[in-house]
Amino acid sequence: MKTITKHWKAFFAAALILGAAWTAFTAAFGPEETSGRISAPRQGFLSPDFSLQTADGSTVTLSDLQGQPVLVNFWASWCAPCKAEMPAMQRVYEEYRQQGFTILAVNATNQDSQKAATDFATQYGLTFPILFDVRGEASALYQVRALPTTFFVDREGNIHDMLIGGPISEALMRAQVEQMLAEAP
Amino acid sequence: MLPTVHIGPLTLPTAGLILLLFVWIGLARGEKTAPRFGLDPDRFYNLALVILVAGIAGARLGYALRNLPAFLASPGSLISLSPQMLSLPDGILVGALAGLIYAQRSNISLGAALDGLTPALAILMFGVHLANLASGAAFGAATRLPWGIPLWGEIRHPTQIYEALAAALILLAVWPRGRTIQNMAPGLRFVMFVALTALARLALEFFRGDGVLLFGRLRVAQVAAWVIIALCAVAAGALLRSAQKLKGR
Repeated sequence: MKTITKHWKAFFAAALILGAAWTAFTAAFGPEETSGRISAPRQGFLSPDFSLQTADGSTVTLSDLQGQPVLVNFWASWCAPCKAEMPAMQRVYEEYRQQGFTILAVNATNQDSQKAATDFATQYGLTFPILFDVRGEASALYQVRALPTTFFVDREGNIHDMLIGGPISEALMRAQVEQMLAEAP
Repeated sequence: MLPTVHIGPLTLPTAGLILLLFVWIGLARGEKTAPRFGLDPDRFYNLALVILVAGIAGARLGYALRNLPAFLASPGSLISLSPQMLSLPDGILVGALAGLIYAQRSNISLGAALDGLTPALAILMFGVHLANLASGAAFGAATRLPWGIPLWGEIRHPTQIYEALAAALILLAVWPRGRTIQNMAPGLRFVMFVALTALARLALEFFRGDGVLLFGRLRVAQVAAWVIIALCAVAAGALLRSAQKLKGR
């Protein structure tokens, strides 16, 4: 520290000149960004694609929803924070669905049961699609380590933000949805 | 990467726990080193606490103001524990302002306060990089080097470790040695800490895989770091000139 402060002029001159040269070198030869081009369960990356069935047997594929902001929520009927956040999720869905927003509630059926999940959806009056991840493939793709885990997927299919654990506050959900809706389609 | 730890039924974010731990270590060590800068340990602790609490409140209010319709629809969320609803720039601004007001009211010299806070800040910066390593944030660019780590679908530079090592070196550089500090100018240690931290970021940004680009090629973090170093050069010059004037008198 003493040496640096004694020769502060030389230190700053070297830092500024070498810093400018390094910035220029980085701009010319720096490695290319991979986020946004490969899929990974992380903010800025392409959302890993999955196809899962709903209770009525129809199949929902995430990539088919490109062009729409999507909230992907991994949950289970026995999970207390999932129960706490679902009513807010339903309110947000009702408010923004006309603008193209949707929710895919992926039930971790490998740790739950289809009946319990369906009863839960009925009890809470959930109208957004409930998907059954029977073999846990979608959970594995998204490296889900805790329930609930939520991903906000933008119109281009990139992960806008993600949250591990819950319950998510309603304002955070609204803020994220509004930011995604504000992005040009 | 270890984004969460499970303690019984609780799932806690590891990054948050690491940050809390390093805030605590920083405060505890800062309290011990404060007298070397001529600061009363209790006043130092109160100053740090004021900055911390005001910073968190400012960060939440800033986030709420930026997303006002969302909070008007759900005002209870203002006191939610969610760390995602914090705006870092607003938190830094409000925390700094609150610290400035507290220091003035408590007759703490600004230079001494900044120098006194420097060891705690250097410890916290080290913790930030460890928290990033746990959460997988601030990840590196793809590499074929043998020490690359598998993360987010690629073998990547362990940038969090590079940055933690740089922060450890900076911590060693700014750590006060001896019982009393012979400062060339009060506040200079803080300015040098900021400059060294910016320099480390400028150097290591090359290896990052999450950089935001300006005009398609320039990295925003490098440009910002260069500007911060230039501002620090101006501040260091001003501090040394004013210290020399005082000496002359």
